[in-house]
Amino acid sequence: MRIVVVGAGPAGMAAARTAADAGAEVTMVDSEPEAGGQYLRGRARFSHAGVTHLKNTEAWLVEGNTLHLRGPAQLRFDALVIATGAYDRPLPFPGWDGPGVITAGAAQALAKQGVTLAERVIVTGTGPFLLPVATALQDLGATLVGVYEASSPTRWLREAKAITANRHKIGELAGYRKVLPRLETRTAVIAKHGDRVTVAKLDSRWRPVSHRTVHADLVCVGYGFLPRTDLLPDARRTNDFYDVDERQRTSVENVYAAGEVTGIGGADLAEAEGVVAGAAAAGLNPPAKAVEAVRKGRLFAQALARAHAVQPGWQTWPAPDTTVCRCEKVRLEDLTGATSMRELKLTSRVAMGRCQGRICARNAAELTGVPFDGQRRVIAVPIPLGELAALPEEKKS
Amino acid sequence: MQPDVVVMGAGIIGAACAQALRARGLGVLVVDRHGPASGTSAAGEGNVLVSDKEPGPELGLALASRDLWPELALDAEWEEKGGLVVATTSGAVVPLQSFAAAQRAAGVDACEITAADALAREPHLNPEITAAVHYLQDAQLNPVKATRTLLRGIEVRRTEVSATDGRSVTTPEGVISCGAVVNATGPWARNFGVNVLPRRGVVLVTTPIPGKIRHKVYDADYVGAVASGDADLQTSGVVESTQAGTVLIGSSRQRKGFDDTIESKVLKALARKAIAMFPMLTNVPVMRAYGGFRPYAPDHLPIIGEDPRTPGLWHATGHEGAGVGLAPATGRLLAQLLTGENPLVDPHPFRVDRPEVMV
Repeated sequence: MRIVVVGAGPAGMAAARTAADAGAEVTMVDSEPEAGGQYLRGRARFSHAGVTHLKNTEAWLVEGNTLHLRGPAQLRFDALVIATGAYDRPLPFPGWDGPGVITAGAAQALAKQGVTLAERVIVTGTGPFLLPVATALQDLGATLVGVYEASSPTRWLREAKAITANRHKIGELAGYRKVLPRLETRTAVIAKHGDRVTVAKLDSRWRPVSHRTVHADLVCVGYGFLPRTDLLPDARRTNDFYDVDERQRTSVENVYAAGEVTGIGGADLAEAEGVVAGAAAAGLNPPAKAVEAVRKGRLFAQALARAHAVQPGWQTWPAPDTTVCRCEKVRLEDLTGATSMRELKLTSRVAMGRCQGRICARNAAELTGVPFDGQRRVIAVPIPLGELAALPEEKKS
Repeated sequence: MQPDVVVMGAGIIGAACAQALRARGLGVLVVDRHGPASGTSAAGEGNVLVSDKEPGPELGLALASRDLWPELALDAEWEEKGGLVVATTSGAVVPLQSFAAAQRAAGVDACEITAADALAREPHLNPEITAAVHYLQDAQLNPVKATRTLLRGIEVRRTEVSATDGRSVTTPEGVISCGAVVNATGPWARNFGVNVLPRRGVVLVTTPIPGKIRHKVYDADYVGAVASGDADLQTSGVVESTQAGTVLIGSSRQRKGFDDTIESKVLKALARKAIAMFPMLTNVPVMRAYGGFRPYAPDHLPIIGEDPRTPGLWHATGHEGAGVGLAPATGRLLAQLLTGENPLVDPHPFRVDRPEVMV
């Protein structure tokens, strides 16, 4: 039984370990030099009997029971586990494409490497992820001007069931107590010009109701996460996250998904999903403890998605000349009159550049009202033509 | 108010038909499942080519279209970039040159140039080429913008037609009565009684390398691949850049229904042929691949005219991979036939009543 796991974050590592312990021959593929994913970033020290860890390796296409890797190289599998995680979603505002604005995830990654980024920093966005980012920056000596949460904390009052099932999540907040005095809710950065940053108070739909100017060198932006689902464009998805059943199976035969590609719920949920996926992929019944952890974690993930859902009022932040797509320099006013994503792309070039819409497509869809089509990319990472030309000849069956 | 004509399909052909009918004073309603240019039209490179057509009725239609496009494509990134067809083997020299000579006799601007001339025009071209022909009329446009330009002032309704009798169309919202119906549904035209099949094509798109490739450059074996009816995979090297600096790499042809799975063997074949023409592409990354379905008629000729079995039902489809290039003349021809004007080209070769076409 050959099992391939893509991604070496909490979900991928758990899936690889579980499948190997069940006797499968496991290969874990990851694009980073060390295991850990965004969450542990090289601090995982992964080593497990029965798991071959392919580092610095990018996967770019799933074709039948073959995973194509950069090189080119191919891995045949009996079961595949996709645990490729998610990346931050920025929202555009005047100045977001200029110097001194990065995603919250990028800020955290740099902070974990001990890089001091700036003196005066702001973290703006929505969701509990803002707190560890702010904490990491403060620990490195930055002056935290503010942590701005666009949503209202009262939204969590409706989520008693999810909170009761996940009390440990409340405990995690204690670790961020140093930054809580800087936290302002219903607040967001809506413009930045040089070090002058416009901070607005928002109504419940995120429309600005008042604003003030503060000074900062760096603004870190994170409005939730978008799943990295490029490897399996044909799998059924909801709101772009893979649909999975109770065994973490996707709609594609022999392909499982675990972690943030199925929904955002934190590292512990990702790990539990990895255990379930690894066991199921190896043909075992998933351990009851992991199944229960997934059930509880999903309650939290769903509550999180509701409480921190991006509200449409953000669409009033950009000006007509604000960049929406950085790769192709497409401005808000360039997005006109399309009825489909494809038409929008081909008339404005939004989402046609290097990032292939990973950053901007969702925002462009919401700004124009065209249906977001889930971005069906058939090549998951850029690959030189020479590598494509060197693909092996097909075996005659 | 009921429309004079309902055009089914808001691709480049449907849009050209609608525009030509409207220009003759008819009330036109365009219906489409997904909106303007959402199918085949947006899945190609936006080519307006005469270079790949042998003398005959399709070339006549292409030349007529080529004359009409410049004024119609004003807001559609029209670019008269020219085509460069190269032979890569010694055996391909004579066929390419005699093909070009026959085209010249039929009115195509086809200049034989030396390999050194070709390299002067395309400095990154493989110096091993054996012959080259420069086609000055070949051009390119943005097919989505062109479709939108043609549809300006015309109502486009998003709905799906389940049946038509030539005097009305049936949609989920009800029956729309009209004087005539045009079937411009491209590869889906078979649903309305003509033998059109989907022929799959895939295009690779590189990261931008502005200025490196200037023309549409393709291997002389392309013409043979276009004319083939083989169901198996056919590939031929076709390389060109866009105004954004990306390079588009084609072309592949496969008959496998509406299966849109990307296959690595197709990517491999396309990459090999592109590198054979432009070795410097070896290290250029491909950032996406896209595909579509060409509307393919078994005898490789467009179908333009009234269906003798269903008076009032007109067809404008079967343009295979040349719909963008053939659209304006197709629209005009159809409108002329429908209104009883003298046609701009002989309509007989495109008639519906062909043994391969009637199903």
